[in-house]
Amino acid sequence: MTAVTARALIRTEAATGGRTRLETLRSDPPLTLRQTGPRRVHLVSTGAGPLRGDHLDLGVDVAPGTSLEVRSVGATLVLPGLADTPSVMVVRARVGAGATLHFSPEPTVLAAGCAHRLVVRLSLAEDATVFWREEIVFGRHGERPGRCHARFDATVAGRPLLRQDLLIGEEALDGSPAVYGDARCVGSALLAGPAWAPPAVPDVKRERRAVLGDGWAALPLAGPGVQVCALGADAVQLRERLRHGEQAAASAARPGG
Amino acid sequence: MGAHHDDLHDTAEPHGRALRLGIGGPVGSGKTALVAALCRSLGPSLRLGVVTNDIYTTEDADFLRRAGVIDPERILAVQTGCCPHTAIRDDIAANLDAVETLEERFGPLDLVIVESGGDNLTATFSRGLADRQIFVLDVSGGDKVPRKGGPGVTSADLLVVNKTDLAPMVGADLTVMSRDAAAVRDGRPVLFTSIREDKGAHAVAEWVTHMVGAWQHEHGEPHHHAAQQAPAS
Amino acid sequence: MNGEAALLLLADSRLPAGGHAHSGGVEEAVRRGAVTGTGDLARFLRGRLATAGLVTAALAAAACELAASETAAELWRRLDAEADARAASPAQREASRTQGRLLLRTARRLWPSAVLDTLARAVPEGPHHAVALGAAGASAGCAPRQAALTAAYTSVTGPATAAVRLLGLDPVTVHRLLADLAPAIEGAASAACASPGDAAGPTGWHALPGHSAPALDLLAEGHLTNPMKLFVS
Repeated sequence: MTAVTARALIRTEAATGGRTRLETLRSDPPLTLRQTGPRRVHLVSTGAGPLRGDHLDLGVDVAPGTSLEVRSVGATLVLPGLADTPSVMVVRARVGAGATLHFSPEPTVLAAGCAHRLVVRLSLAEDATVFWREEIVFGRHGERPGRCHARFDATVAGRPLLRQDLLIGEEALDGSPAVYGDARCVGSALLAGPAWAPPAVPDVKRERRAVLGDGWAALPLAGPGVQVCALGADAVQLRERLRHGEQAAASAARPGG
Repeated sequence: MGAHHDDLHDTAEPHGRALRLGIGGPVGSGKTALVAALCRSLGPSLRLGVVTNDIYTTEDADFLRRAGVIDPERILAVQTGCCPHTAIRDDIAANLDAVETLEERFGPLDLVIVESGGDNLTATFSRGLADRQIFVLDVSGGDKVPRKGGPGVTSADLLVVNKTDLAPMVGADLTVMSRDAAAVRDGRPVLFTSIREDKGAHAVAEWVTHMVGAWQHEHGEPHHHAAQQAPAS
Repeated sequence: MNGEAALLLLADSRLPAGGHAHSGGVEEAVRRGAVTGTGDLARFLRGRLATAGLVTAALAAAACELAASETAAELWRRLDAEADARAASPAQREASRTQGRLLLRTARRLWPSAVLDTLARAVPEGPHHAVALGAAGASAGCAPRQAALTAAYTSVTGPATAAVRLLGLDPVTVHRLLADLAPAIEGAASAACASPGDAAGPTGWHALPGHSAPALDLLAEGHLTNPMKLFVS
């Protein structure tokens, strides 16, 4: 099986009456997209993988004033394959002024022996709103995970909001009580937008307080956003913890912000 | 910066700021009680702030709040990483930061009290942190403690011997303590108190008032400091 | 002069800049039972170095490089914002800014320079520790790699010392862990200085490492809920 390169694209435009219209919906197998609602698109995996050597690129462009929801029908299983180079998944998302993006695919599962690079570039206009969830499962049941390097960059009007790398399958990190402890999954959700902007006149020596639960925390960022981070023993527990954190983060939003 | 006389004294720029008073002494000698007593006596006349280096529990906060002597917002706790003497002597950065944070939030202040964590007889405040310091002993430690000396007993600007009401019960001879303290303190004052009986520690408060007056006479009235204007030089 | 002696001063735990009171998450890990002995501690330190250690090393190197050129306040604010974006946990940001503010205060007296004055004005609430460390390093005569090495080194030495105090571990055994980490500390410093992509300087800041440690985030937030904490973080 030879390595695959695919580029898919979702682009919205504002239609009359303030509605959202899908201007472009371009699938490129194995990245296959299906419109499942007026403003909703599902990623439908066709074929196994990604495998080592594959390069998948998804572009998401949410036009000013429109809204879009992106989900997936199932988990992504990252597999080893024969190539020497890692599989690469790049998601570039731009969310325009006053636009809203909800991005919550099912988890990425790192099968033993895989080598994966996941890159997210999320660029928000000043008053764009986003919900972005990411879940990574360390191997199938009872399996040691392959390797993964996930990089997440979110900017608001060009200013950095969140820049994070997660490394899985590295000797220095696996099982470290400082990094994942004994968890088998890691997840995060970013809720960002003007509703989460820090107070205009903060006490400069005091940060906003996080909400902390069992294995999760809703962390107010320095910029306009809250990141929920969670660790879990399995995908079900992870999702449950993320949901708790997401609720806490959502209730921290300032109405009309 | 430069060859300024104050540099020799090693204190932060003293002009126009509060007097910084260190209160040190062994565990249980009554430091927190003395802080409460001073707040009670001095609160009406002086603008106060308190930095505490003790394990500052809700209980301690409640103690001071119940005493009704100071707005709890004016108390900042400094964690010392299990080394209370380090935080007041070898590495005073966190305490200086806390003092200045109080002055930024509530300034101008007349007096900032820095209460050390309970430690042993060798713990004293750096002159970079405290302009004046009080060392608190209590009689139940035994009447030989002043004779043993140690930097706290010998060099503090004021030595307070607390819990005099317990002296008969623990067999402590106050005369001996007074005589021994005088012998090692080179004329610096010693006051005997029972904060349990004198809730305002009035003799100590009087001494502090005198110190604040002398400080302001020398360095001027405190004025407000904005955040991070200049390095403490 | 190649900055070697300055490097030693900057990395010394006796540098009076408040570092002794930070455990880097160890106190909470101990409280939660996640670190109970030297085995856990070794894994904790290795993971901390590969995440927080690498990130602060990269930011410190960037700050040190920035300090070498004529620098506007705006660039310091931008670099500090890059540090913000790499710290999702508000407790961690606050601890980092506290350490940065204290280090800057001390560094301005040790190595007075226009760069440090500019940084203090640019970020009045206190720059992130890594940013202050890089700027202080530059003012002391260190090269960016030396600043990175200091950041990587202190990212594990402080937590190691805290574990000795909190768990009563054999200090030599714990220092052996640090000795074993020496190659990884140097590796982190090298990785921190590897120019990300093609661009060095401000145009390359966006690509600096942001290795996150979810457990450290949870520990940092949990630490704030500990009413009996002995360390600041």
